[in-house]
Amino acid sequence: MLYSILCYDSEAVVGAMTREEDDDLMARLTGVTEKLAAAGKLGPSLRLMPTTAAATVRGNGEVIDGPFAETKEQLLGFWVLDCETLEEAVETARLLAREKPGGALEVRPINWFDPGSGVK
Amino acid sequence: MNDIAWSDAALGSARPQAVGALLRYFRDLDAAEEAFQEACVRALKSWPAQGAPRDPAAWLIFVGRNFALDQVRRRSKQEALPADELISNLDDAEAALADRLDKAQYRDDVLRLLFICCHPELPAGQQIAVALRVVSGLSVKEIARAFLVSESAMEQRITRAKRRIASAGVPFEAPGALERAERLSVVAAMIYLLFNEGYSASDGTVHVRVPLCEEAIRLARLLLGLFPDEGEVLGLTALLLLQHARAPARLDADEGIVLLDDQDRRLWDRGMIAEGLALVEKALRQRRPGPYQVQAAIAAVHAQAARPEDTGWDEIDRLYAVLETLQPSPVVTLNRAVAVAKVHGPAAALAMIEPLAVRLSGYFYFFGTRGALLMQLGRVEEARAAFDRAVALANTAAEAAHIRLQIDRLSKEGHPRNGRGPDGNLPACPS
Repeated sequence: MLYSILCYDSEAVVGAMTREEDDDLMARLTGVTEKLAAAGKLGPSLRLMPTTAAATVRGNGEVIDGPFAETKEQLLGFWVLDCETLEEAVETARLLAREKPGGALEVRPINWFDPGSGVK
Repeated sequence: MNDIAWSDAALGSARPQAVGALLRYFRDLDAAEEAFQEACVRALKSWPAQGAPRDPAAWLIFVGRNFALDQVRRRSKQEALPADELISNLDDAEAALADRLDKAQYRDDVLRLLFICCHPELPAGQQIAVALRVVSGLSVKEIARAFLVSESAMEQRITRAKRRIASAGVPFEAPGALERAERLSVVAAMIYLLFNEGYSASDGTVHVRVPLCEEAIRLARLLLGLFPDEGEVLGLTALLLLQHARAPARLDADEGIVLLDDQDRRLWDRGMIAEGLALVEKALRQRRPGPYQVQAAIAAVHAQAARPEDTGWDEIDRLYAVLETLQPSPVVTLNRAVAVAKVHGPAAALAMIEPLAVRLSGYFYFFGTRGALLMQLGRVEEARAAFDRAVALANTAAEAAHIRLQIDRLSKEGHPRNGRGPDGNLPACPS
C-alpha cells in the first residue's frame, strides 16, 4: 500500500524561523527520510512555497490570486507538473477543472523537490 | 524546534493580529500592548501544560481583552483578579471568538496597526522604529542596536513618536476601498524604507543589516497574506526577496562591497529567488503595473542571469523607461543610465546623467556612477574629481572604501581599459 504524509503547520510560525532554524529543521527531517530512501521506501517529497505564491482555479475556471482557503472541502489528491510559467500551470489546472466540476484546484509553486526512487 | 521556541514563534507571529484587534477594542496603543503582553505571559504558563490552542491569535485576543477588562473593573471596584484556572480552559470561548472574527476584520486590524505607525508627521526613521516595536515586537534594545544608537535614545524616540500618534487620534472606522488602498500604499512605502535601511544602511559602519531586511520581508509577507491579489504588494514582496537573495554575496570577508558583476552567484539564495520570480509572475498576470512591480521585474532580470554577461540589459533599460513614466525621479534616471551604459556605451549614459547634476548634487551614487563612466571614457582627472566627491558623500565606511579602491586603481593604472563601468545594483528609492 502506498501512503502519503501531508505536512501542516502555521506558515507564519515557520516563516518566522531564522535561516539557521530552518536549515536545522530540514536537516533533521532529511535525517529521517535518508533512512527511508536507503530502505527503498521513499517516493517523491517536496516543500511548497508559501501560500502567498499560490493561485486558485475554481470549478468554473475562474482564477483567484491566493491559496484555497475554504474549510468545507478536503484535500483529495495532487499532481506535480513541470511548467515554463505560472500561466501554463494555471491553464493546465483549468483543463483539469473542466473535467472535475466543483471544488477548486490550487496552483502552488514548489520550493524544493526530490523525485525519490523507492516507490513504483 | 522545541515547544518553547514554537511558543515564542507563535506569539511573535500572532502579535500583529492580536495587538491590532486589541487596539480596536481599547482605542489606545499602550493599553493594547499591555494587554497583549499579559496574554503572552499567561500563554507561556498555560500552553506547555494544556497544549497550544488551535488559533493562537484568537486565544491571545480573548485573554488580553479579559485582562484589560479586569483591570478596569479592579480599578473601579478594587476587586481581585480571577485566578488563572478560571481562564485557563478557553477552548469553547476561543472557538466562538475565532468564528466571529472574520478574515476581513483581522485584515483591517493589522493594516490599521501598520498604518498608525506611518503617521505623516513622523520622520521616516521614527515610523520604522515604531513599526518594529509595535508590530514586530522587537525590544527597544534590539531596535537601538539595529539603528546603532543607545538604548535610552531609542526609548525616547519611540516614546515621543507614540505620543504623537496618540495625540493624532487613531482612525478606527472601518476603511472604505479608497482609504484602504491609500493605507496600503503608505504602509508599503514604510516597509520598503525599512528594507532599504537594512540593505544599504544610511549611516554608520555596518553596510548590510540582515535583521532589518528579514523583518521587512516578514511584514511584506504579512501584508501580502492579507491582500493576496494586490499587484503592488506582490511586487514589493518579490522585490525584497529578490534583493535579499543576493545578500550573502554582497560583502566580502572584510565587509567590503562586492559589485553585482563580481558577486559569486552561487551564493545567491535560490529558494528566495524562485519565490520572488513566482510572485513577479503573479503580479504581471494582473496587467496593472506599478513601481514596485517594475522594480521587482528589474531585480528578476538580474536574478535570472547565470553570469553577469548574460544579463538582459536591454530589458532592464526598457523596464527603467517604464519606471521613469510611472514614477519620474532623477534617481530612477540614474539607474537607467547604468543599463544604458551597458547597451549603448558610457558616452550615452554620461549624457543622460549630466542634466541630473544639480538635483543629485548631494547623492553618493550619482558621483560614484559618474566617476565610473568617466573612468571608462578615459577622462581620468574628471573621474578622480567625481570619486573624491563620492567619498565625501559616502554613507557608510564600506561605501567610502569601495570608492577609494576605484581611486587607487585610477592612480595606478589610469587608462580606460581598466574602467569597469558603474555597478548595476544601485538602490532605486521611489521618492
